[in-house]
Parts: sequence; structure tokens; C-alpha cells
Amino acid sequence: PPLPQDFPVPEEKPQFPGASAEFADRLEFIQPNVISGIPVYRVMDRQGHVLSPDQDPQLPQEAVLKLYRTMTLLNTMDRILYESQRQGRISFYMTNYGEEGTHVGSAAALDASDLVFGQYREAGVLMYRGYPLDLFMAQCYGNASDTAKGRQMPVHYGCRERHFVTISSPLATQIPQAVGAAYAIKRSDGNRAVICYFGEGAASEGDAHAGFNFAATLECPIVFFCRNNGYAISTPTSEQYRGDGIGERNPEKGFQKRGLEG
Amino acid sequence: ALQISRGLWKKYGDKRVIDTPISEMGFAGIAVGAAMAGLRPVCEFMTFNFSMQAIDQVINSAAKTCYMSAGSIAVPIVFRGPNGASAGVAAQHSQCFAAWYGHCPGLKVVSPWSSEDSKGLLKASIRDDNPVVMLENELLYGVPFEMSEQAQSKDFIVPIGKAKIEREGTHVTLVSHSRPVGHCLEAAAVLAKEGVECEVVNLRTIRPMDIETVEASVVKTNHLVTVEGGWPQFGVGAEICARIMEGPAFNYLDAPAVRVTGADVPMPYAKILEDNCIPQVKDIIFAVKKTLNI
Repeated sequence: PPLPQDFPVPEEKPQFPGASAEFADRLEFIQPNVISGIPVYRVMDRQGHVLSPDQDPQLPQEAVLKLYRTMTLLNTMDRILYESQRQGRISFYMTNYGEEGTHVGSAAALDASDLVFGQYREAGVLMYRGYPLDLFMAQCYGNASDTAKGRQMPVHYGCRERHFVTISSPLATQIPQAVGAAYAIKRSDGNRAVICYFGEGAASEGDAHAGFNFAATLECPIVFFCRNNGYAISTPTSEQYRGDGIGERNPEKGFQKRGLEG
Repeated sequence: ALQISRGLWKKYGDKRVIDTPISEMGFAGIAVGAAMAGLRPVCEFMTFNFSMQAIDQVINSAAKTCYMSAGSIAVPIVFRGPNGASAGVAAQHSQCFAAWYGHCPGLKVVSPWSSEDSKGLLKASIRDDNPVVMLENELLYGVPFEMSEQAQSKDFIVPIGKAKIEREGTHVTLVSHSRPVGHCLEAAAVLAKEGVECEVVNLRTIRPMDIETVEASVVKTNHLVTVEGGWPQFGVGAEICARIMEGPAFNYLDAPAVRVTGADVPMPYAKILEDNCIPQVKDIIFAVKKTLNI
């Protein structure tokens, strides 16, 4: 009969597929909030001083001016269109107050042909790419100049030429779509990336979880940009999620992550 | 949302009025599970358009479980929220789900018009041991209605599955649900001046539909016009017409029934486009005159 030593003994590790864990002989629960938050990257302090000279991107003057001009224009347009909504001239508007920097900063880091999937609060990205003011207004007013022929609610901009996918209302549905687009680009060997913007509230949607999972398993050229402004409609983040934030979730999903203060 | 539960949280607190993270599939699923475990949850969708993100929970779990378990698991849940067209909210916020939910065995579907309907049907829905979908209307939230003493009483309910004759008439039957009921009454007032007396039936319940009330009315008036905000194909009006043909009232029709519905397009945003996609009083008057051949 065969001897015990004829049968190779598997290594003393859990043998289920995909596992990289070790055995433990003590039952201990991993406590929530033990892992401290993902560090938040910043180049300047709150007074505008560059903290480490080697992190200074040395942007040329005209680049900086373009960023500043776009932010100011966006803020001005917001004030006018918000007033319009309060006066009943348009039925709906969403401002970008406080997020102007994140829009133009991220837009400036992209190539002009990188594909943008937004949620509804990313007008600065489109503005940075040169979408004219009268088309923003035409879309909000749903008038004859609107390229969308008056069919969409205000702020539901889209521009094929500027690679900005038309905004769609249901939250987080753009996340799996952005991943699919990135996958299509990868398959066609296109030298482009996709960026997908969403809010911290939308990250609660099932589509977000599915989208992240697919991006990791299909290894797609995509940047997920979560805008956390502390509120989702009227629900504060304290009721939206537990833990440090969206980036902290599911660390094993195979993403590279960073927090940013904008 | 839309202040429907305003004051309830103050009165009943965190245990009974709960704000959830944004995941319709999540909170609908949680509510279904709570119902299976013995609570009577009322699950609010900000609009029924977003119920599509949770529709598997509503249909595959809530609607079908009692049947699949041969009656041993009840799901006494109410899904409620605004349904159908509002004003200037475009395609993804304006769809009417009466036909979709009305299609499914295992669900009850109600569609209130007046304050009395809203109060009575909500109470009846909560007390019902079946899953009920209550399709409200955002534009009706701000409209006041007269309420009788009886309707204001504490335990007033409107039975599910019973339509109401809002206005009696002899020349044509107008059948409708939700906001268009009001348009039918306006059209009836205009037509009365021309000597045409319309009988206006408020369905109140989409499923199980009270077709007997409609039949009795058609037997009396010999003419039928259905009015709904939803799209025409496979809609509430289509169902009414099919059932009238299958029943005794068919022999009493003097002309084919006419359906007045929303336009067969995703709802556009611009006001002039939107106004032309929603059935107006003039469209109802036109349909009545067409079927009466006047």
C-alpha cells in the first residue's frame, strides 16, 4: 500500500482560490477605525506656501491664469444661473461652489481627448475644455440654440467634441459605464484614459461597488474621482457612511488611492 | 423627500422614521427584509423613476414571495412616492409606472387623486398584508381638496380595488387615475355647457382594477374614453379597453373606445415641448367629441 509520505502535503496556508491570507490560531475581530485614514496629499498649505519645493509643478504663468480665469468664470456663471432658478426662469440648477479648484485641477491634468464621465457637478471640467458660455446657458434655458434640443434638465451638459459624456440624472450609473468605456479603450489600444466623477453620496449606490470591482478585475485605464462635500442631497456624511471615507473602503480591491484637499 | 414625512420624525423619532444612504436597491431590500421579519415598513422612493434601481427587490422579492412560499412568508410593505410627470424635470424624472407595476401578480397598485384618496388608500395599504405600490403625484401635493367629516376621522380608509364615480353623466364615460382625473372633471365642466354630460370614473386602484364600475358606466353611457399620463403602448387605457371587450359592456358600446395618453416619447425638458407631451383638457374634449361624433 502507498505510504503517507508518498502523498504531497499542501503548504500550511488556506487553500481556497484567490486567498493570500495566513492561518490564525486566535479568534480576533479586525476592529473598525483601527486603520487610520488615507493621508491627504497637498502641495500648498492653507496660506498658499509650497511645502516641499520638489513637489511644485512649476506651472507656467499662462496655465495658472487659465485655471484662475476658469474658476472665476464658473463661479460667476453659477451665481447668475442660480438666481435664474430662484426667479423661476429655469426649473433647476446645481452650483459648483467650493469645487471649482477640483474641476479645473483635474481637467488640467487630463489630455484633451481623455473621456469624462461626470455626475452633475463638474461644469468646470467642461468649461476648462473650452465649452462656450452661450452653450451652457442655452442648455439651461432649453432654447433653440441648445445642442440637446431642449430635451434635458439644466446642467445636463454633454459635448462629443470635448469628450464629455452627457450628464444623466440617476446617481452612480455613470460608474460602471465609465469602466466599460475604459475597457473598450483598452481593447482598442487607444492611448486614452477615462475619468469618472461622482459624489460621496453616490458612492453608496450598488452601481459604485459593481463599477469599482469591474475596474479592478478587468484592469481598466480609469481614474475614479470622488467629490466629498459633506452632503448627499440633504443627508450628511455621518449618516451616509462609516469610516474615513470612500477611498478607505475595500482596500483589497487593487486600487491605488490618494486623498486630496482642494 | 418633498416634505411628505415632515413632522413625523419629530413625533415618532429615529426608530420609526429613518434616513438612509443613497442606495435604492439597498434600502428597498432592507425594507423588504424588515417586512418579512414582521414589521410594516413604508419605503419611500424620491420618485418612482428611481425605483428602477430597486425593481428586483420590488418584483422578485416583495411581489412574488408570498406565492413562491405558498403563503408562508408575507411581505406587508408599502412602496410610495411621486409617479409620472411633474414640471420641468425631463425624461428621467417623469415616467409613469402604473402599467409596469400593474402588470405584476403579487402586487397591489393604488393611484390616489384627491386628499381623501391619499389618506384612505395609504392607511388601507399599510394595513394590507400584501406588498402595495402607491403611486402619488408631485403636482398634486400642493393642491387642496375638500374633505368630509368622515374622511377626516381617524380610521378612515378607502378600500383597495374600488373605483369612485366623481361625477355622474349619461353621454360618455371618462376613466382615469391620479392627476388626469382633475383634467377630466375640467373637461366635463366645459362639455356640460355644450350639453354633453360626462361620467368621470376615478379608478383609485390600478391593480386589482375595478372593471365592474367601468362596465356599469359604459352600459349606461355607451361611450368610453380612457385618460392617463403614461405612455400609450401596453398602458392602463389599453388594459381597460381589452377588459371591456372581454366583458358584457362590449355590446353596449356605440363607438370604439378612445385612449388619451402621454406622448410616446421620453419627456422633454423645454416647457413648450413638455406641455405637448402631457394630456391636456383640450385633448380630452377632443377625444370625447371624436367618440360621440360631434
